[in-house]
Amino acid sequence: MKNSFLSIVGVENVKYSQAHMLAYSYDATANFQAMPDLVLSPRSTQEIVEIVKICAKEQIPIVPRGSGTNLAAGTVPTQGGIVLLFNNMSEILELDKENLTVTVQPGVITQDLSNYVESNGLFYPPDPSSMKISTIGGNVSENSGGLRGLKYGVTKDYVKALTVVTPAGEVMKLGGKLAKDVAGYDLLSLLVGSEGTLGVITEITLKLIPLPIAKKTGIAYFNSLEDAAETVSAIIANRIIPVTLEFMDKGTIGAVEDFMKIGLPREAEAMLLMEQDGNDKQVDEDIQKMIAIAKENGATSAILAASEEESDILKTGRRAALSALSRKRPTTILEDATVPRSEIAKMVKAIQEIALKHDLQISTFGHAGDGNLHPTCLTDVRDQEEMARVEKALEEIFQVAIELGGTITGEHGVGEMKAPYLEWKLGTVGMNLMRTIKQSIDPQNIMNPGKIFAKETKKRLVIHGGN
Amino acid sequence: MVVTELQQRMQESFKDNVDEEYLMDCMRCGFCLPACPTYLVTNKDEIHSPRGRIALMKGMRDGDVVWDGSVEESFDMCLGCRACEPACPAGVQYGVLLEETRVAIEQVKTKSVVEKAVRKSTFDGVFADQKKMAGAVKLVQFYQKSGLQTVTRKIGFLNLFPPFMKEMEAVLPAIESKKKRATPSEPKTTTVAFFTGCLMDTLFQETNRKTIELLESLGVDVMIPKEQQCCGALHGHSGELEKGLRNARTNVDAFDSDSFDFIVNNAGGCGAFLSEYEKHLQSDTAYAEKTTRFSRKMIDISSLLVKLGLNERLKEIQVESKAIVTYQDSCHLRNVNKVFLEPRTLLQDAPGFEYKELIDAGSCCGSAGIYNILQPEMAKKILDLKMKGVKELQPAKVVTSNPGCLMQMQVGIQREGLEKEMQAVHIVDFLYDAIYKNQN
Ligand SMILES: Cc1cc2nc3c(=O)[nH]c(=O)nc-3n(C[C@H](O)[C@H](O)[C@H](O)COP(=O)(O)OP(=O)(O)OC[C@H]3O[C@@H](n4cnc5c(N)ncnc54)[C@H](O)[C@@H]3O)c2cc1C
Ligand code: SF4
Ligand code: SF4
Repeated sequence: MKNSFLSIVGVENVKYSQAHMLAYSYDATANFQAMPDLVLSPRSTQEIVEIVKICAKEQIPIVPRGSGTNLAAGTVPTQGGIVLLFNNMSEILELDKENLTVTVQPGVITQDLSNYVESNGLFYPPDPSSMKISTIGGNVSENSGGLRGLKYGVTKDYVKALTVVTPAGEVMKLGGKLAKDVAGYDLLSLLVGSEGTLGVITEITLKLIPLPIAKKTGIAYFNSLEDAAETVSAIIANRIIPVTLEFMDKGTIGAVEDFMKIGLPREAEAMLLMEQDGNDKQVDEDIQKMIAIAKENGATSAILAASEEESDILKTGRRAALSALSRKRPTTILEDATVPRSEIAKMVKAIQEIALKHDLQISTFGHAGDGNLHPTCLTDVRDQEEMARVEKALEEIFQVAIELGGTITGEHGVGEMKAPYLEWKLGTVGMNLMRTIKQSIDPQNIMNPGKIFAKETKKRLVIHGGN
Repeated sequence: MVVTELQQRMQESFKDNVDEEYLMDCMRCGFCLPACPTYLVTNKDEIHSPRGRIALMKGMRDGDVVWDGSVEESFDMCLGCRACEPACPAGVQYGVLLEETRVAIEQVKTKSVVEKAVRKSTFDGVFADQKKMAGAVKLVQFYQKSGLQTVTRKIGFLNLFPPFMKEMEAVLPAIESKKKRATPSEPKTTTVAFFTGCLMDTLFQETNRKTIELLESLGVDVMIPKEQQCCGALHGHSGELEKGLRNARTNVDAFDSDSFDFIVNNAGGCGAFLSEYEKHLQSDTAYAEKTTRFSRKMIDISSLLVKLGLNERLKEIQVESKAIVTYQDSCHLRNVNKVFLEPRTLLQDAPGFEYKELIDAGSCCGSAGIYNILQPEMAKKILDLKMKGVKELQPAKVVTSNPGCLMQMQVGIQREGLEKEMQAVHIVDFLYDAIYKNQN
């Protein structure tokens, strides 16, 4: 078996040492780990076709892996099999300035793509906090979002065309460079966010937009969560759609300050990072207005970042929130609960109550503008009793999110970690339809098995506070 | 799987030596990946990344993997450059973990004959004792002066050695015998004790002499405590931490005096280890306090020169800029001691040159202690990558802050056949020439 893979990808692209099996047994998700049987680095779509054909015949699981930065155990090979890498497929293939598209291989690092198009005066807006390391293939497969999601949308809003190797080993081309296309079911959208369960993505064409000329950042601190949440609602009610509207609670502010020493006030209960881009005049107007709105809504301080450097520092601080928090305890479990933005204050409050009730350390930050929150639980996997409480708390958080009209994940995906909760969001009918789709595309269940679909759904809890 | 006795002992050794709490700090986010040179030159192989190595350390400890060639290779390939540390938002203390891992391995492993020989001569021989070092250097001196150098080069005697040794030999500086120091007249305002460093004091004696002269010309009284020894970094980074700490204690004693304001060093690698004495000896009650005093006084030469106002002096000398000068960071000076601005400001202000930043100046050149001798293939790949940037920039001088980096960059320049166009120089030599060659 090993030999047939070897003859496809060449000896330097097959790994099976003990160290390699361990090094590809995890991703950025806490508390998940499992060894694969083989690690392959194909060099082309054709090689992937040949690999998948063997796997289909022999029923070998395939786990596509970008940089393994996902937070849902999406790349942990829990059923063994092959980990498929894209380190040999990381080229930018074409920049089409007439159609405003860029075509890339899946292994391109998001930040490299972003820098490349910006050096050509164009803009690729999705910017997950992990963009320095994540791959475009991973972003498309997780439908990743970022700090600019409120104004510019998420990855799916930019995917124009995909080349996919199906679980039967056939090549399928979806979409194209055209602006309009309504021929048949929207299979392109089905593949975006499919987390490697429907096929291997081998080429991606992305939409680009002109690079905005100007950009300004404001920052506001509050004594209460409600004031911050009110500010978010009021900004949007005033018909401003900022490019970034990010939130950090007290615990997160303290952690970022400990780490970066950038002068954040530890006593503040909440902080908002507000950014607008566009033409000079509009940017200026919007940012001033946002600062005024924050003040009207009780901000203890609301100011314009003094310089580009300062605003970069603040954004870096926000991007580092998760890692900064992780310094506090051995294990960090990040959640991705999302609610309509009108419910942010309620959600954050509920999270704090749940933390208190279970005697846990949970801090929250996230994309306030789109209601995507990241409650982050600091714990220690070695403490089984505490881990049991963590699980209870997380269940309650998902529950409240759904009750408030929200969802269990806003951008990180379901993977294996959140699979037991998916039915809470989709209902039985939705789950059954999804299962039928998976079955018809991947009848042998070789593409990233065990992800998205759980063996068992968690029982829902009795309704509790937070509403 | 049959677990051999060696494997069992190795796991025990990891348990005893590698701190679980430090391992738990890693959240596996991968932010360190793009900073790691070995990850990059191996076409993104996760076992050659910091995240992968930490997972392997943990795997060894937990018994999820057993000691075998693949695990060993992963640790061996690490440069110890610690570029992963500033990149890590979770504050993982990779340097400590690596040191602990190397101790764990060292205690159990039987080494190859070659490695044993290299280790013996390095750790117990020349680097253990300044006198032995001086002796070794006398030999080299004799070898150079006697004309033997030219002869051996001709008859290919050095072909018997690994290729890298040969290249290294070719770039050894011509050793000058100790000269009397100049005694400038200015009134002394600062007193500094000079950590001469074993390589710096022997192979790079000239640089040390210029260091002292420069300092004296800026009004510094320079003292050289006699009992000082090699800093112990090479031992510490190779799993011989105890031997390194033996040197540490001697040095702390040698420099324990109220009569100076700073302890200055001019070798980035030594500087980092010296400043980390504090961390290593904090639990040694007899030494904790003394060591803290020692480490707090430690300063590297660039920072001290900036503090003493050398920039102003450089600016006064007006010469037209002709050539490009660039800077290759010493990993440890940058990643451990966080000194990277100071040398750059000095080069920017130096007369006669235009400063241009080298692409990825902060990434390791592949020298890394004795890494280039033990891992010549990987070191070559890393150096090749470095030289790509150098070739693009075409500087006349590549300035470095550490003897290892200096020789490595010189090897790179020779390999590329560029020795007529450019030179690798120590920052002190560069500044000295900038002042004394351009001054009327
Ligand atoms: C510190 C930190 C911050 C983060 N911030 C954000 C954020 O702001 N927003 C956000 O959305 N996410 C964020 N993430 C999560 C993660 O970075 C994203 O999900 C990212 O898109 C994953 O990219 P990757 O290349 O690492 O993919 P992986 O983690 O390697 O893979 C992700 C999924 O995609 C599948 N996959 C990968 N490549 C292919 C392919 N070519 N074909 C088919 N399937 C494929 C995998 O099987 C897996 O299911 C963050 C993670 C970390 C650690
Ligand atoms: S950046 Fe730090 S926490 Fe993240 S994987 Fe690397 S060592 Fe671990
Ligand atoms: S010390 Fe250097 S080579 Fe080793 S893991 Fe860190 S960055 Fe990579």
